[in-house]
Amino acid sequence: MAKRDDGARNRIGLMRQTYPSWFLLPACAILAIFFFLPTILNFVYAFTNWSAFSQTISFNGFDNFVDLFRNGTLVRDLRTTLIFAICVAFFQNSFGLILAVFLEEDTLPNRIARVLFFVPVLMSALAVGYVWQAILQSGGALDQVLSAIAGYTIDIAWLGSTTWSIVIVSAIQGWKWAGLAMIIYLAGLKTIDQDVLEAAAIDGANSWQVFWKIKFPLLAPAMTFNVATSLLGSMNGFDTVQATTAGGPGGSTEIFNLFVWRTFGQGLYSQSTTMSLVLFIVVMLMAVPVIWYLRRREAKIL
Amino acid sequence: MTMATYGATAKQDATRFRAKTAGWRKVVHVIVLVVLVVVSLGLPFYLLFITAAKNQSEALQLSLSLPTEWHFWDNVKTVITQGEMIPAFFGSLIVTVPSVLLSLIFGSMASWILARRATKPMAVVYSLCISGLILPPAVVTVMMLLKMIGMSGTVIGMICVYVGIYLSTVIFFVTGFIRTIPISLEESARLDGAKPLRIFFTIVFPLLGPTMAAATILLVLYIWNDVFYALFILSGNVDTLPLNLYNVASAGLHLNNWHLIFAYIIVMSIPLLAVFAVAQKRIISGITGGAVK
Repeated sequence: MAKRDDGARNRIGLMRQTYPSWFLLPACAILAIFFFLPTILNFVYAFTNWSAFSQTISFNGFDNFVDLFRNGTLVRDLRTTLIFAICVAFFQNSFGLILAVFLEEDTLPNRIARVLFFVPVLMSALAVGYVWQAILQSGGALDQVLSAIAGYTIDIAWLGSTTWSIVIVSAIQGWKWAGLAMIIYLAGLKTIDQDVLEAAAIDGANSWQVFWKIKFPLLAPAMTFNVATSLLGSMNGFDTVQATTAGGPGGSTEIFNLFVWRTFGQGLYSQSTTMSLVLFIVVMLMAVPVIWYLRRREAKIL
Repeated sequence: MTMATYGATAKQDATRFRAKTAGWRKVVHVIVLVVLVVVSLGLPFYLLFITAAKNQSEALQLSLSLPTEWHFWDNVKTVITQGEMIPAFFGSLIVTVPSVLLSLIFGSMASWILARRATKPMAVVYSLCISGLILPPAVVTVMMLLKMIGMSGTVIGMICVYVGIYLSTVIFFVTGFIRTIPISLEESARLDGAKPLRIFFTIVFPLLGPTMAAATILLVLYIWNDVFYALFILSGNVDTLPLNLYNVASAGLHLNNWHLIFAYIIVMSIPLLAVFAVAQKRIISGITGGAVK
């Protein structure tokens, strides 16, 4: 018994020698100071009256949360952020998946198209947002194209609706990142065993059936990555919305980070911190079931 | 004999028929492809280019007609000189390059230990290390923290924040990859008396190529184009290209200066597009090889 303990200890000792802990040090130090410490401070300062207008900082309990809840901002921004994230996940993944399936074959035109669809991915989201803002203005490029097709003047302010603007903005975000989703789905399609597809073809499956019964389920790992990053990543979104609507019309597209930046600019630091904390908690609460579900789906299929 | 010839011609017919339909399908595919590209990419980029080539009053209409006079190079010259693009370019560069390099080096060093030491405490450390992959950073308090330690508004402060945010991505990719590398190479080097530092940098690090490529691309995309964190931390002290665009566009001028905004957007997109044009094949295979495993 004592001997075995010694053996185990030796093994752990050897492990520590071969893979020394100090290799973790630089990464862990930076993570601790610049990621975890601010997060902990977030939990502290959200309960204070910190602002640019008072000299001292004192605790005020849940006042910030109660205020944000009472004036309706908390619920409105939460709702807007959730709609934005879900729509972005939907658009980015459907655009990406359609492109991947359509451009799957390795031909020259397809290769060129893949490169072209990757260009928006490389561009700044802010820049993409400004371009689309110009297209979607009332009497802008899209209205002109539609007018020319219809034969009479169409004049729609596409970003003027308090209901639909957030959906349109999320479609723009989906358009921007579709190229990346496409590449990841293409990688997923490449890993599918050719034998399986041939067997399905011999059994007389048409391409629609082959896609839904074989390819789509086998894309599960790519889908996990794409859905998790687009859904949870756009909870933390900012650039596209800021560049297209800047939160308007009437605050209907104000996602969490827009509020955080706006109130920070006004010197209302505690409100800003409080919303940042709400965002953190919401993402944490979402992440667990979302990732659990996607992983379970993968495990069931593969 | 007749049967055989009949069979042969039938087969030929069948292949000819198949070739014909395949040919048709190819043509239809290319037509759909061209329509798709023109509608979804053509319209935005056409508007971007022609507006950037117009004068102020013409650009204001945001119309799809060609400019009556081409001012493209004038506009480009204006945004480069008056938009202070050159300092902003170097600002972007000096923030992005060290952030990406440090994330890759520190991240892969940590990943090696996290992948090889399979103990319970290490599993906890690993899940903490990758939590930043999903959890949003506390952007207000990080700014305050930098202020307290005198690093607010500095390039070094910004780099530290970026490394803190994106280390998780590197650790997630690289740890998963190292687990698939057989341990035997490292062991034989160790038996030859090589120290951990040498084993890591001469044996493990060179094997990380594909996954490091994927991580590099994602990090460059995120950091080079970031405006949100830069707004909080750098605003007013150091300029980066997106930060500058934000300032130019939200200075209240943007509604009447579309030609300059769009010229700015074209110029600021050139660096990444140039890198992509040169390394396009490696970038795409890097992402496909590294991200989905």
